[in-house]
Amino acid sequence: MNRTLINSITGKVITTIIYIFLGFWSLVVIFPMLWVIFSSFKTDKEIFFSPWQPPAKLILDNFVRAFSKAMIGQYFLNSMIVIIPAIFFTLLFSAMTGYVLARYKFPGNRIIFYAFLGGMIFPVALALVPLFFLLQSLKILDSHLGLILVYIAYSLPFTVFFMTGYMKTLPSELLEAGIMDGANNFQLFFWIVIPLAQNGLVSMGIFNFLGMWNQYILPLVLLTSRSKYVLSQGLAFLEHQQRYQSDWSGLFAAIVIVMLPTMIVYVIFQNQIQRGLTVGALKG
Amino acid sequence: MYKHKYRVIIPFLAPSIILYMVFVIYPYGRSMYNSLTLWKGVSKYQPFIGLQNYIRMVKDEFFWNALKHNIEYLLAMPIVIILISLFLAFMISQRIKFNKFFRVTFFFPQVISIISIGVLFSYVYHPTIGILTSILHGIHAEPFFRLFGFEGIPVWIGDSRTVMFSIGAVVVWQSVGFYMVLFLAAMESIPQTFYEAAVIDGATRWHQFWHITIPLLWDTMQMAMVFAGLAAFDMFNLTRVMVVSGSTQTRPSDVLATYLYEQAFEASRFGYATAIAVSLFLLMLTLSALTLRLTRRESVEY
Repeated sequence: MNRTLINSITGKVITTIIYIFLGFWSLVVIFPMLWVIFSSFKTDKEIFFSPWQPPAKLILDNFVRAFSKAMIGQYFLNSMIVIIPAIFFTLLFSAMTGYVLARYKFPGNRIIFYAFLGGMIFPVALALVPLFFLLQSLKILDSHLGLILVYIAYSLPFTVFFMTGYMKTLPSELLEAGIMDGANNFQLFFWIVIPLAQNGLVSMGIFNFLGMWNQYILPLVLLTSRSKYVLSQGLAFLEHQQRYQSDWSGLFAAIVIVMLPTMIVYVIFQNQIQRGLTVGALKG
Repeated sequence: MYKHKYRVIIPFLAPSIILYMVFVIYPYGRSMYNSLTLWKGVSKYQPFIGLQNYIRMVKDEFFWNALKHNIEYLLAMPIVIILISLFLAFMISQRIKFNKFFRVTFFFPQVISIISIGVLFSYVYHPTIGILTSILHGIHAEPFFRLFGFEGIPVWIGDSRTVMFSIGAVVVWQSVGFYMVLFLAAMESIPQTFYEAAVIDGATRWHQFWHITIPLLWDTMQMAMVFAGLAAFDMFNLTRVMVVSGSTQTRPSDVLATYLYEQAFEASRFGYATAIAVSLFLLMLTLSALTLRLTRRESVEY
């Protein structure tokens, strides 16, 4: 009797301590984000003199300034122009390669697989200089096309590795049934394999999207004119510029514009995103 | 089963292989060669100078300065990240209320672009409008910092004594959620019967954690070590965004990646920069191999 009482008391104490720690870390995570969201609606004066008060009135002017004058809108568009085709072709090419590597026996199969695998151990920093001159001689330096091709190429190693593993798990019966029904190889791939591999493709789509969205060093080296900057690059540029102009409220609005889309997508698809992002680590 | 298989194999492999060879394999290979040449990037003339770039590197105090910073990050960050994330994962796995909320919240920073995070935190640390500074003022923390020889509240990024700590803290803030989800997934795959058996034997929660969870999580922890170690050897994004490059003569926050970027694209010393890049790669490779080797233990099968 006494013992169970003690146990239940220590149990409660431990649970309380757990909540305190978890609550503290939640605060640490949420607070800076909340601060920047609040500040983005304030005037510079309010940011300076009353950092703790919520904004006096909701000023949207900051957002307008960030979007047009600071060109965040343009950068956003550029990011989409690069990322959407880059993801599409990364998934398509990796699915094709993964399918062939997983399902067909031919000399060189293993060599190709390990050649892709090997690409994962190199840091991108090592390729920067030759990449810059390569794109220059191909006349695609400072172009979105160049960046798209580079993004696809650098997403291939992991995506091919993952898709090869995934394609091995597809049920052979369905593929055989397709052949029986007279599907040719291409029909088989596009009508049967791709729909079956949907979950794997979604995981890889999310994984690569966030990777490309985060990418900074490649656009920094490969895009030189300001009107072509992608979002991460544009925001960093804006920040460096802001050191001399101190339009804080405009910059905060820019940060929020950059943060918001991924935040919203995350809240809707959190499970897939957590899986998509950690899947690489768990399979590796 | 498959007729005319090469009619599929070749067109299906071609796009990936071509892109991969042109944009990935060629630049890496070319880098290895460039590091042995004197090259300013202007002319086609690229004289072969053997190991001279490497000799120059060994004598360059800024190279050692940058490397030292990478090593400092390496010694501090992975341990802190793994301890915090393991601790959070363990607490969340205790089937508490709101665990979904905590899980979603802690992972949040992972989906925000690292550049926004860098810009955001350079204002969190800002000496006049920064929220961290104003919190520390609010709780009158000045005496605490004077103990460590500061004149008051540190200016974080602006002070060579605190700049690396400030950047490292952002990495911890950002990545803890990722490793936590990784550990949680591994914890969930441990069969519940192990714990039930332990409870019958009278094991406390602490014992369960130490004698069941940790040993069965070893493989995941090993991988986390390698990942966090590689991140400590990068640090380009945050350093580049949060610190004005070359702001002081002493370069208190340089890491190899930022230093080689500067050497290549700001000073046009392409050959030399590539030699640094090759060294960075070899260091990362050795490091990963070493971590895997040193932490190798019999992994528990179940």
